[in-house]
Amino acid sequence: MATQHSRSAARLMMAPAVILLLGWMLLPLTMTLVLSFKKYLPLRGGDLGWVGFDNYVRFVSSSAFWPAVTTTLIVVGGVLIITVALGVLLALLLDQPMWGQGIVRILVIAPFFVMPTVSGLVWKNMFMDPVNGFFAHLSKAFGAEPIQWLSQASLPSLIMIISWQWLPFATLILLTAIQSLDSEQVEAAEMDGAGAISRFRFIVLPHLARAMTVVVLIQTIFLLSVFAEIFVTTAGAFGTKTLTYLIFQRVLESQNVGLGSAGGVYAIILANLVALFLMRVVGKNLDA
Amino acid sequence: MARTVTTHRKILTTLLAWAVGLLIFFPIFWIIVLSFKSEGDAIKTPIQVLLSAWSFDNYATVQERSDYFKHFSNSVLISLGSTFLGILIAVPAAWSMAFVPSKRTRGILMWMLSTKMLPAVGVLYPIYIGFIRLGLLDTRLGLVLILMLINLPIIVWMLYTYFKEIPVEILEAARMDGARLREELLYVLTPMAIPGIASTILLNVILAWNEAFWTLNLTAAKAAPLTAFIASYSSPEGLFYAKLSAASVMAIAPILIMGWFSQKQLVRGLTFGAVK
Repeated sequence: MATQHSRSAARLMMAPAVILLLGWMLLPLTMTLVLSFKKYLPLRGGDLGWVGFDNYVRFVSSSAFWPAVTTTLIVVGGVLIITVALGVLLALLLDQPMWGQGIVRILVIAPFFVMPTVSGLVWKNMFMDPVNGFFAHLSKAFGAEPIQWLSQASLPSLIMIISWQWLPFATLILLTAIQSLDSEQVEAAEMDGAGAISRFRFIVLPHLARAMTVVVLIQTIFLLSVFAEIFVTTAGAFGTKTLTYLIFQRVLESQNVGLGSAGGVYAIILANLVALFLMRVVGKNLDA
Repeated sequence: MARTVTTHRKILTTLLAWAVGLLIFFPIFWIIVLSFKSEGDAIKTPIQVLLSAWSFDNYATVQERSDYFKHFSNSVLISLGSTFLGILIAVPAAWSMAFVPSKRTRGILMWMLSTKMLPAVGVLYPIYIGFIRLGLLDTRLGLVLILMLINLPIIVWMLYTYFKEIPVEILEAARMDGARLREELLYVLTPMAIPGIASTILLNVILAWNEAFWTLNLTAAKAAPLTAFIASYSSPEGLFYAKLSAASVMAIAPILIMGWFSQKQLVRGLTFGAVK
């Protein structure tokens, strides 16, 4: 049905979206790339000339770099493990027959719709505050000393806040996947004498593998750029400075734009590595 | 054959699921409670909090002290504006890719997706300085543009997967009956496309409402939407739990309600059609 005429019309219809995204991608990216090879300090002299790969070397060799990498890995890894593991369990639970399933589902997915600054501040003040927080009251009720959550256990606290936000996402996607499972297959296995655990191990889990991959990849991309939760809780103190936060501080707080841009290029490369895997999974779906 | 489930087991699952659901929902429930308490009562022990007097005072105070509705309307304008602008640009693109696919369609779709993976912090300075030069810093127009751009790939993708499901045969049948292109669009395709477009709008309003990197970095007092306004509570003076709760409840309520209606679309939109 595609004539020459409709082909050129199609191209015309695509043009605005393609041109906008191309511009959005290329312009800032080129600028970041150019800046990363310069000594550029807007508040202290501005453009101080080309410095080759100096920024790239300095970004990696600064004392803040490896701690930031470690923090990033711990946060992303911690949240992934918690959300995927609990997500599978929750999805299995929600798939069972029960009363009020719709309402329970609503309760479970609610945190996903809470804006990051609200969840960060609510957890920080109303729950983790060592004097007036809910957890502090709870500890005192049991006669225990309240924990200084965000200073003494900063990373676990941060992981907990972010996991609370992302658990609904994992659960919802895994639940959708479970519900597409062929129930006859499960029944057949049951009749053949397969127990609950082996049914889970050999039928449900393999069926969920693809959905789990999608959850891991998409969450990784979002988690690598977690920002607001750190911004409003610790502002990068107490070892919660992730790579994203470190770059933000270099660029906007200390206004060392060249150095921050080199960090930005590292972040882009890192995200693209993850994206490559995600695109393969999503791309397969396009052929189907 | 339906699987038979004993009532005994159903009771147990129900209890367990409700317990877990309430536990996860608890932080939201708790700020709703605190938002109706006085500041003095809000920091008491949980039992005392529940037993203390209820009032709507905080909601009034938040509005009086900080012009809450200015930020609320900023949020509404920015999320709706960016979504509708995005839809306007994405519908023709998704339409042509779904109905007149070429060899390059797949490549273009994947490339669009890849622009979504660009970490915002990597282009923070160019955007920031560009905004200053163009006079867009701390303007609602600036945020509408940025949020439209970051969500455009998702909008195109979602629309594409929905349009893909419209059977082409129906078009051919309409053509056989002598329908012209305009009639074809108006009476045949549009009604079938509307549910998909509505879902896409819903999800993208939610995403834009909650976006908290660009809104925090590109706004100050004037154009700040609720994400940035709430963040100003991170350096509080004096007692503020009840007021923070009231501000938070108002900020998340509209999106919670929209979100509950969009569970299905959420899965589809955020997995780029990989899980349906």
